Order: sequence, then structure tokens, then C-alpha cells
Amino acid sequence: MIKVENITKNYGDVKALKGVSFEVKKGQLYGLIGPDGSGKTSLFRILTSLLMPSSGKATLSDYDTVKDYKKIRKIVGYMPERFSLYMDLTVEENLNFFATVFNTTVEENYHLIEYIYKMLEPFKHRRAGALSGGMKQKLALSCALIHKPEVLLLDEPTTGVDPVSRKEFWEMLKMLQETGLTTLVSTPFMDDAELCDEVALIQDGNILKIDTPANIAASYPHKLWKVVTENNYNTLKALDKLDGKISAFSFGHSVHLATEDRVPEDSIKKHLVDNNIKIENIEPIKASIEDVFMELMR
Amino acid sequence: MTDDKVIIAKDLTKKFGDFTAVDHITFDVKRGEIFGFLGANGAGKTTAMKMLTGILSSTSGEAKVAGFDINTERNELKKHIGYMSQKFSLYEDLTFKENIKFYGGIYGLSKEDIERKTGEMLERLGLQHIENTLIKEIPLGWKQKIAFSVAILHHPQIVFLDEPTSGVDPITRRQFWNLIYEAAEDGITVFVTTHYMDEAEYCDRISMMVQGKMQALGSLKELLTKYQSKDMDEVFIKLAR
Repeated sequence: MIKVENITKNYGDVKALKGVSFEVKKGQLYGLIGPDGSGKTSLFRILTSLLMPSSGKATLSDYDTVKDYKKIRKIVGYMPERFSLYMDLTVEENLNFFATVFNTTVEENYHLIEYIYKMLEPFKHRRAGALSGGMKQKLALSCALIHKPEVLLLDEPTTGVDPVSRKEFWEMLKMLQETGLTTLVSTPFMDDAELCDEVALIQDGNILKIDTPANIAASYPHKLWKVVTENNYNTLKALDKLDGKISAFSFGHSVHLATEDRVPEDSIKKHLVDNNIKIENIEPIKASIEDVFMELMR
Repeated sequence: MTDDKVIIAKDLTKKFGDFTAVDHITFDVKRGEIFGFLGANGAGKTTAMKMLTGILSSTSGEAKVAGFDINTERNELKKHIGYMSQKFSLYEDLTFKENIKFYGGIYGLSKEDIERKTGEMLERLGLQHIENTLIKEIPLGWKQKIAFSVAILHHPQIVFLDEPTSGVDPITRRQFWNLIYEAAEDGITVFVTTHYMDEAEYCDRISMMVQGKMQALGSLKELLTKYQSKDMDEVFIKLAR
């Protein structure tokens, strides 16, 4: 459904995209995972025909983003990072506006947004500018869906959103997927990746890896340990001098320690005790997407 | 005010018309503590932060920050706190060095102090090579570290960080937290909001706002026990839903 072939984008000397290729199949929920400044927004703007690539090509439903831009704009639902809502219009007015622009009516496609819009209905006469962040996000999604797009492009829809609203948003995306919609979503949250069918990890304009979330996590190349102590900061300092250490990073109240295969649990324990660290627990664990991303960045 | 408390808030309340954004919150923050301030969007975090930094007056209740009353001693208060938001307050068209000079001047540091601090900061961050680079040409992750260093340039008693790591990559996010630990070891109290629950777990104590009230406050261990959860993500969802 979406085909990206060797896309580059330069802004003067700055290379925002350095040859990006991937493919999203029909009906997939596809994640583009990477931090700010990795090129995600440039890519979205190219896919929506709002920006020309410096080289390479992209198609959506076989329409070329440059040549067939008029077609592209009809089949795409786009939710930019800063929601493009009219803040002085009410919830209802915004929705009607977006439906009218696409020559349709809210009634015709109401079934697509019913689940989401029901949560907004009590506020339908409120100006969009006076909604909370979570509500704005729901309205922006409704507006992106109201013309029944074939492809939904969501650029960082969960940035600045609290964990509960973030969870709810992903539940909505899962429900939309059941209608057959193809969705490309970008996010800097690594744990969001686990909810996608397939993900591309992106950093500094390069794709680091493409696979299913499970395969990406399984590709982690080292032995990984979860170390729980009283204080991560001192633990990380102590682990700096551990023989056979590959990396050590805080993960909440624990530390994820990667070592060479030859390092046994006992020698990690002994090293920490010798450095006056009180160990609460140490165990081998499976890597998460975040572990893999950091390994690829190193 | 006792010496070991940097924030004392009692029944702090803010109303906008009929709407109570912050509803009688009472809490203390200890000196040198890393204090996590969590909550859903719209739970009242930003309003509470604005009162604690002397930008917004309270409707009722009282609070002292760094020993100063948030309503009657705002000017003094502002000299003893630092603040960094997700939209950093650095001047994009000035160089790294010029930004430090500017902020140092605002905080009333002497020329010698500014020069010494600039050197120290460049060395600590390993950024000697960019001292004369315009801020807008510096990568986001570095900018965040610089913005934090600028926020504590005047060695405030407490620094307020409003979602300081939003959108940065996982390694830079962790490096940023090392700077927070260093500041805390240096005696600077840290008051921080975040939507990353792993970061909440780095705090000495974590508070959680729900519809204007401070619904929970305690160390990670206390909260996990109290809400029978395996991590902060679970605690957050139990409290906010």
C-alpha cells in the first residue's frame, strides 16, 4: 500500500533523509520509531505530497507522491504532530469543515469515527482551542478519518500525551485496523513499537532495522541482565569497570547490563559487592525494543 | 521554614471561574531530593508549577519555595529557582557562549564567574568544540543538556523541569538523567514532570495529580506496595483511569 524507495531529502547542507526504503502492506499497522530530528516528519510530508524528495520515489496505493499528488491527497488521512484543527471552531464545526472539504458529509462516514467521536460528543459545542490535549488528539483523528481515507498517516500522535491517553489512543488504532485501514504511525516511544505489526527504527535519516517487534527484540546480540540495587547511579559507576561489560543503562529502577557471553552471574555479583553495592536482584532477561535501539545507536 | 525543606505547600488551590484546576494540595519537597510530579494531561500539573515558580498567584492556601512566599515574595523567589521547559529557553540566534553570557548577566553573576562557569560547563558536557556555534545549529539532544545547565547556572536551590526529555532518543534521555543526578548530588533540588514512567522511577519520591488533587505521594517502593503494581506504568494507569 505504501512503497518508499531510496528517498533522500536535503535542506541545504543538512541531510534529513539519507536513502530510506520500506514497504507497508495493506491493512498493516506500521510503526516508524525514532527520536525527534531523525527525519520522521520530513518523510510524512513527502508521503502526503506536501514536500518533494531530493531523490528517490514513494507511492501510495500505486499513486506517485509527486506526479499524482491530487489523487494522493484524496486517499490519505493525515494527522500532523501539531494538530491542524481550527481552534476557533467548535468540535462539531471542525468535523463538518473537514468533511465538506472532501466533498462528503459527517453522516456518510460516521460509522468510521463513531467509537472515537462518542467520547467527544459531550463537548461538541466547545471550541477546539478549549479542549484538553487528549480530546484535541481524538478530534484531530476524527477529522483525519471523516473522508474515509485508504491510508492513515499519523505523525507523533502521542507526543506530550500521558500514559493513559496514550494507551487509549493505541486501542483506537487497533479498532480502526479491523476496518481494513492501513496506518503508518511515528512515535519516539519505544514501547509503542510493540503494538505495531511491523516497525522501522529510524535515526539520523537512516533506517536502522525493519522487522516485526518480536523479531527485533529477539535480534539483540548480547547476554542481557536485569540488575536491581538500591541506587542505579552508583551501580552504573561500579559497572564501568566490570570485565566483559558491553553496555549498562538505567531502565526505571533497574539497570540493564549487557555482557560478553563468557561472563557468569557470580562474577557480576562479586564485582558489585566488592564495590559496596547492595544487590536486591539479578537475573538474565530478554531484550526490549529500547535495548535493541540503543545497541544499534552505539 | 525549616532548612531541610525547599518546598512547603499547604492547601494550595487555584480556581479559574467555576473550575478548580488545583484543589488543596499539601506536600513538602526535601533539600537535594529528586521529586517526580506526574499526572494525566489536564490534571493540574502546569497550573501548580506556575504557582510554585511565582508566575501565577494562588486562589487560596499557601506555599513557600526556597524560603519565599509564592504570592508576596515572587521577585526574590525567582532569583533562587531555575526553570526549564520542553520548549527550551535558549536563544537560537546566539552562540552557546553568548547564551551563557546573557543568562549569567540576568542572574547577576560577575564576569569572572560567567567565564569560569562557561569553561566548567563546556568541559563537563564535552562540548568545547561548539562554544562559538549558533544554538540553532546544535542537535536537539545537546541543546537539552545545555538548556539544563543554563537553568542551574546560578546554582538555584531548586530547579523545575517540565517534560525535559520529550522526544529525545533513549541514550540522550539517560545521559540527561545523569546530569539530574549530578545536580542533586551538588545540593540542587530537582522538581520534574515526565510522561516516561521509567523516568518517574528514577525519582526519590513520586507524586501523582488526579483532577487537581495530589492523589498519591511516596517513594517508588511505597507506591508499588500500596497499589500492588509491578512498575510505575501500572500505578499511573490504576490512579488515572
